[in-house]
Amino acid sequence: MIKKTLAALLLGSVLSSGAALAADYVIDQEGQHAFVNFKISHLGYSWLYGTFKDFEGTFSYDQEQPEASNVNVTLRTASLDSNHAERDKHLRGADYLNTSKHPKATFASTRVLSTGEGTADIIGDLTLNGVTKEVLIHAEFIGEGNDPWGGYRAGFEGKTTLQLADFGIKANLGPASESVELTLSVEGVRQ
Amino acid sequence: MQWRNSSNQYGLVSVAIHWLVAVAVFSLFALGLWMTDLTYYSEWYRTAPALHKSIGVTVFALMLLRVLWRLWTPMPAALSSHSARVRLLSRLGHGLLYVGIFTVLLSGYLISTTEGRGVSVFGLFEIPAMLSGLPNQADIAGAIHLYVAWGLIIFAGLHALAAVKHHVFDRDETLKRIVGCAPKQ
Repeated sequence: MIKKTLAALLLGSVLSSGAALAADYVIDQEGQHAFVNFKISHLGYSWLYGTFKDFEGTFSYDQEQPEASNVNVTLRTASLDSNHAERDKHLRGADYLNTSKHPKATFASTRVLSTGEGTADIIGDLTLNGVTKEVLIHAEFIGEGNDPWGGYRAGFEGKTTLQLADFGIKANLGPASESVELTLSVEGVRQ
Repeated sequence: MQWRNSSNQYGLVSVAIHWLVAVAVFSLFALGLWMTDLTYYSEWYRTAPALHKSIGVTVFALMLLRVLWRLWTPMPAALSSHSARVRLLSRLGHGLLYVGIFTVLLSGYLISTTEGRGVSVFGLFEIPAMLSGLPNQADIAGAIHLYVAWGLIIFAGLHALAAVKHHVFDRDETLKRIVGCAPKQ
């Protein structure tokens, strides 16, 4: 009897530990419920928006232990789209993202710090244009639950601001346009 | 000098189109290299590409006229002093120049029309996009545009050298005919 209770307790503690409960999610690229968008000032007068169309990623998340979460994303830099073919061609070129030389950008989280109810700072390594730097993403939990098709989903949105020069982007777009805001807005399907 | 070509000399139309296209091709090449290197705050950043495209469309119109003109009025016969090999090479060379010019013009057009936008001509009217949305259209057309333009410029340089060679070494009428100094009949 005692043995059984002990075993149950042990099992229970294992099950409730973050590692065991944190669920793994795959970013829903197939159903296109995921976006990697960027936003940069144009001359200081307006916002220019663009998106990376082709990316994939996974994350693990446990509401009880958000700090045990992690996220990994890989995107094809050549898939950028800002609704203007000539600008996109320019952005893929050597003045900006060098997409033929650096076809992939990656983000791999290294630690997650809970900052409040449903928010966290995700710290990780971003590799872009061949440069790897630690960045901090302010992340917000959007929601989770069963979907109508028998799956389970969870969604997040994270934002970070990058200095273009930090990632070897030399083009001078003016003093108002030295940084770009990246938004990662993703829905994951639990595996 | 007459408008139409004759059996042994180029007419005004052929001579004029030849030199207009020659000047335009070299100008477009220089303009193209210069404008892609401009900084965002250059006052030419927007106007230079617009000018480049407008001149490009004009050259396309000139080239169409040129091809029609060739069909309409026969080209002068090759000089009798030219060997069969020289005649073949010059036909081949001229053909390649035409192909090069049209390739650069069309690939340039395809960069601009990737997303279905037309090409404005001096702000007067617009050539609509007729081909858009091909996979990697802007990048592939851009690479063709750049490399074929370099090839064309080098080949046009050889073409000029050949003309000088005919004038200086062979002392024939080749160069004189295309500058409009027709040989005595």
